[in-house]
Amino acid sequence: EVLQNHVLEAKVFHTEYGTGVAILTGAHRFTLTTNIDDLKLRRLPEVPGLQKRPSCWAVLCQDRVLVILLAVGQELYLLDNTSFTLVTPPELSPHAGAYLQMAVSFNYRYLALFTDTGYIWMGMSSLKEKLCEFNCDFRAPPKQMAWCKRPRSKQRAVVVAWDRRLLVAGDAKEGIQFVLDEDSCLVPELDGVRILSRSTHEFLHEIPEASKEIFRIASMAPGALLLEAQKEYEAASFGKCFIDKFPPESFVRTCRDLRVLNAIRDYQIGVPLTFSQYKQLTIEVLLDRLVLRRLYPLAIKICEYLRLSEIQGVSRILAHWACYKVQQKDKSDEEVAHAINQKLGDTPGISYSEIAARAYDCGRTELAIKLLEYEPRSGEQVPLLLKMKRSKLALSKAIESGDTDLVYTVVLHLKNELNRSTFFMTLQNQPVALSLYRQFCKHQEPETLKDLYNQDDNHQELGNLHVRSSYTSEKSMEGRVAELQDGVDEYYKAKNEFAAKATDDQIKLLRMQRRLQDDFDKPYLDYSLHDTVYNLILDGNHKRAEQLYRDFKIPDKRFWWLKISALAEREDWEEMEKFSKSKKSPIGYLPFVEICVKHHNRYEAKKFAPRVAPEQRVKAYILVGELDQAADTAIEHKSESELNLVLAKCTSSTDAAVAEKINRAKTQSLKK
Amino acid sequence: MAAHLSSGRVNLTALREAGRRELREFLDKCAGSKAIVWDEYLTGPFGLIAQYSLLKEHEVEKMFTLKAGRLPPADVKNIIFFVRPRLELMDIIAENVLSEDRVRSPVRDFHILFVPRRSLLCEQRLKDQGVLGSIIHREEYSLDLIPFDGDLLSMESESAFKECYLENDQTSLYHAAKGLMTLQALYGTIPQIFGKGECARHVANMMIRMKREFPGSQNSIFPVFDTLLLLDRNVDLLTPLATQLTYEGLIDEIYGIQNTYVKLPPEKFAPKKQGEGGKELPTEPKKLQLNSAEELYAEIRDKNFNAVGSVLSKKAKIISAAFEERHHAKTVGEIKQFVLQLPHMQAARTSLANHTSIAELIKDITTSEDFFDNLTVEQEFMSGIDTDKTNNYIEDCIAQKHPLIKILRMVCLQSVCNSGLKQKVLDYYKREILQTYGYEHILTLNNLEKAGLLKPQASGRNNYPTIRKTMRLWMDDINEQNPNDISYVYSGYAPLSVRLAQLLARPGWRSIEEVLKMLPGPHFEERQQLPTGLQKKHQATLQ
Repeated sequence: EVLQNHVLEAKVFHTEYGTGVAILTGAHRFTLTTNIDDLKLRRLPEVPGLQKRPSCWAVLCQDRVLVILLAVGQELYLLDNTSFTLVTPPELSPHAGAYLQMAVSFNYRYLALFTDTGYIWMGMSSLKEKLCEFNCDFRAPPKQMAWCKRPRSKQRAVVVAWDRRLLVAGDAKEGIQFVLDEDSCLVPELDGVRILSRSTHEFLHEIPEASKEIFRIASMAPGALLLEAQKEYEAASFGKCFIDKFPPESFVRTCRDLRVLNAIRDYQIGVPLTFSQYKQLTIEVLLDRLVLRRLYPLAIKICEYLRLSEIQGVSRILAHWACYKVQQKDKSDEEVAHAINQKLGDTPGISYSEIAARAYDCGRTELAIKLLEYEPRSGEQVPLLLKMKRSKLALSKAIESGDTDLVYTVVLHLKNELNRSTFFMTLQNQPVALSLYRQFCKHQEPETLKDLYNQDDNHQELGNLHVRSSYTSEKSMEGRVAELQDGVDEYYKAKNEFAAKATDDQIKLLRMQRRLQDDFDKPYLDYSLHDTVYNLILDGNHKRAEQLYRDFKIPDKRFWWLKISALAEREDWEEMEKFSKSKKSPIGYLPFVEICVKHHNRYEAKKFAPRVAPEQRVKAYILVGELDQAADTAIEHKSESELNLVLAKCTSSTDAAVAEKINRAKTQSLKK
Repeated sequence: MAAHLSSGRVNLTALREAGRRELREFLDKCAGSKAIVWDEYLTGPFGLIAQYSLLKEHEVEKMFTLKAGRLPPADVKNIIFFVRPRLELMDIIAENVLSEDRVRSPVRDFHILFVPRRSLLCEQRLKDQGVLGSIIHREEYSLDLIPFDGDLLSMESESAFKECYLENDQTSLYHAAKGLMTLQALYGTIPQIFGKGECARHVANMMIRMKREFPGSQNSIFPVFDTLLLLDRNVDLLTPLATQLTYEGLIDEIYGIQNTYVKLPPEKFAPKKQGEGGKELPTEPKKLQLNSAEELYAEIRDKNFNAVGSVLSKKAKIISAAFEERHHAKTVGEIKQFVLQLPHMQAARTSLANHTSIAELIKDITTSEDFFDNLTVEQEFMSGIDTDKTNNYIEDCIAQKHPLIKILRMVCLQSVCNSGLKQKVLDYYKREILQTYGYEHILTLNNLEKAGLLKPQASGRNNYPTIRKTMRLWMDDINEQNPNDISYVYSGYAPLSVRLAQLLARPGWRSIEEVLKMLPGPHFEERQQLPTGLQKKHQATLQ
């Protein structure tokens, strides 16, 4: 719509929401946006009966809502999102006439209206209160009108400009008039009005009370006296010594601010800010403006002078400078990178990667890489390097950082980017990345893992892989044996004979178990060798058990333990006794006693007790409950500790005789 | 609730508070009612930071365990996944999100909280699965060092050693370095870093690097810690292999302590009420939290178990005497005083009853012959007796098929105490284990060898005796009741890591250069520059 009807007039305005624009189109309709950075156009309703362009209009901000005030002849209308209302300013002179010009103050609180009778109405922009009015002799439509007001001051005035004339109208009967030598333009600001012409730049503002006090002719105010005294004695902070306990901070701060202001007001810089404007803008914004004007040295000086933290101040400016520097195409990459590093060094808060990104955007990849070298944060380096297709460099940077996630990211990037063999070769040179990729493959791509081990002839791990899959993924007997056989081959290649033999044994065992399963129709598969033999004995298949014992060279000791445990569980006491006599037990006879007792057969246990080796015999007798025999043995051994052991087992009611015997023996041995 | 964290010399409540704040901030980002879907592994560690009540205050209405398939119905606005950054978990999340019934159930917002680190790899996976766009907030919750007790932080990362030494995956070290950076952000830059071992070196390097990455974040907090000692677990493999003999150690040996909680057999803890006659014994294991918030536990946790009994009986007398007081209370004031103390006394009585029961359970085991034999063998090894030949007791244990873990511990202990086993001895043990427990354990044994827990003696040199003597790892005169040396914790063996710390404090590691060279990995010292203002102050407080 705006495009179709052309723009008749546009007004730019600033609010807390940002910079906005209001447009009056050729169809006499208004469209506005509150923030040009977040462009959302709002078309206001049509103004009924508006056939020609309004004589004047302005954007008001009432209770955070933007409305448009427009004047058509003698009528004043308020236009908001939904409605259109006729308004009359309070206490408007009945002879006011038609509106020619209007002005809204910098802070949107005040409104001034100029009519064709030379009448000026000044009031609140809410149109609820009048402040004052003024009658001037000029009826011609003014070129411009603007408020001139200091924040927090009670004085209010509007400045009206005609071609060659300037009028300051306020609460007084008389206005102040100035003659303009050239065509001028008014810019209303926070605390005054800037008057710009082709050759001059003036600032009109209300003089604060304090300044008046000081500079009024023949003033006797303390400030004025002090100024005189200062001239006399040529001492800058002369007055300070007269004040006790005056906190010096504000004095120092003000002095600093003044120096900053003086510096930027220099004609070569040309930023004539007033003190209030400077305070309103904040130092950060001022610095940004200086940076935009590429006044880097001054900005840095100011930061240093004001002792701003490096991240807030110097670093930010240096970074801006560097970003500008990389765009200078006339210098070589080396020169630029060197110049930047020379200046920036390790200044905290500098993001070399941001500068590098800028360089890359300008098409200077080599420069970007050079700059990235200075970036200490790998998290920042790596993504940019990947973007610039420097994946191998990215990989080593990622590894340096220790951040495994970063390494994975680059590795998987490389995997997609390179062909398989180059990819593997790249990993080969980066053990950290290789291990991580192996981990990834282990869970995600087991086949690739095999290829990886194959490539570096890691036969041990290949063997392990085969063995593992024979237990986890293979179900059929043939499949399992085949995997194990592959495992054996790999273990031999790895010169791990032990593992190869053990795996061979496992194949043998599997085949044996299969046969047992067929012969006895009982599950044997997946038992360990030990458990297989145990179960065979438990089922009374002693021959087959013996065969396994010989085939697998089970050590005698373990076989005996195994056999008596199984026999005891089977409660085959007869066989156990036979076995005990088959040859001399390699584990002694205490285990026989213990195992019988464990299975609650004291009767059998007692048979073995006398055969227990002498040094364990006392223990054996105690186990089977023959305290009397135990005591005798201990006495025979003349062992005090054994005697005590038996004595501890004696209960006073039943074993009194034994206890007595022991005590007697003890006293006897003491006598000796 | 977290009072025990402020009892030590460093107030660790601040760390816990920082963790809670971060959690609250995340929860508030997801406006409206929520359900949390938990990676089950995380519930324990999270419990140490925040209870359910905190979650509830931030509109968490339901909690589920992460599993494949469709999410259970819940009338909430947000579904938040609390997960570790693992690919397999991402696949489950993707399945959950994709199977969401968009037609019937109201639209729910999905979020992921990665613990402890957000991962590009995982996000890529979610993208590949086509669900990344459906997940609104993806954030990380850096749960690295979890405050455990007034003097203890833990990463609760139980597989860290395995990852570092079997898989060459040093992710956990990166987390450790990050955690230490967080710690320094809260408690000031630690001026001195000492370390021993490959992984320790790596962590220190990363810390220094991370500091350089954020040079602007110059820490202006007065340093609370003056020294950091980083020890690689593989420097001291012996200590975790030996049977712990403190009260807490034995509870862990026998029942296992998980995230400060222990599950105990319920029979001993049945409420002893008359009339019911113990008809119904509880079947659920009794779950107890063990930390220094419990006064009695704080007193006995680190005592040698042999010294616990006397403390318990002394306590029992004090408490019953305190309860007797009521008979002497005559005036209303005295009675009131008594009643006021009652809750505290009752808590003390419950605590005493619990620990007496636990001590009885432990005693049944420690007085058994097998426990004694096992301990004897361990102590022989640690004091250097017969470490170079096959051990009868181990053989017998294998023959009787004792639990494999017990066997492996003993064999590894022997290997460590002999700087590796003779090839013949090693092969014999391995063969015995394979025949008894199954050939599949060839992989187990291979892993132990890779991690260095089990190894053939290289070049036939046994360094252990030198290390033992120089570091005084074996002490013959130990006092279990009133210990004056750390060796009381293993009734003779003084943990190598503790000795390293002791010697560092006095007289310094220079005195043991020779031994340090025998232990694996480099030893090093780093100094971290403090801001000038803090340096002077620091010296001032030292005086």
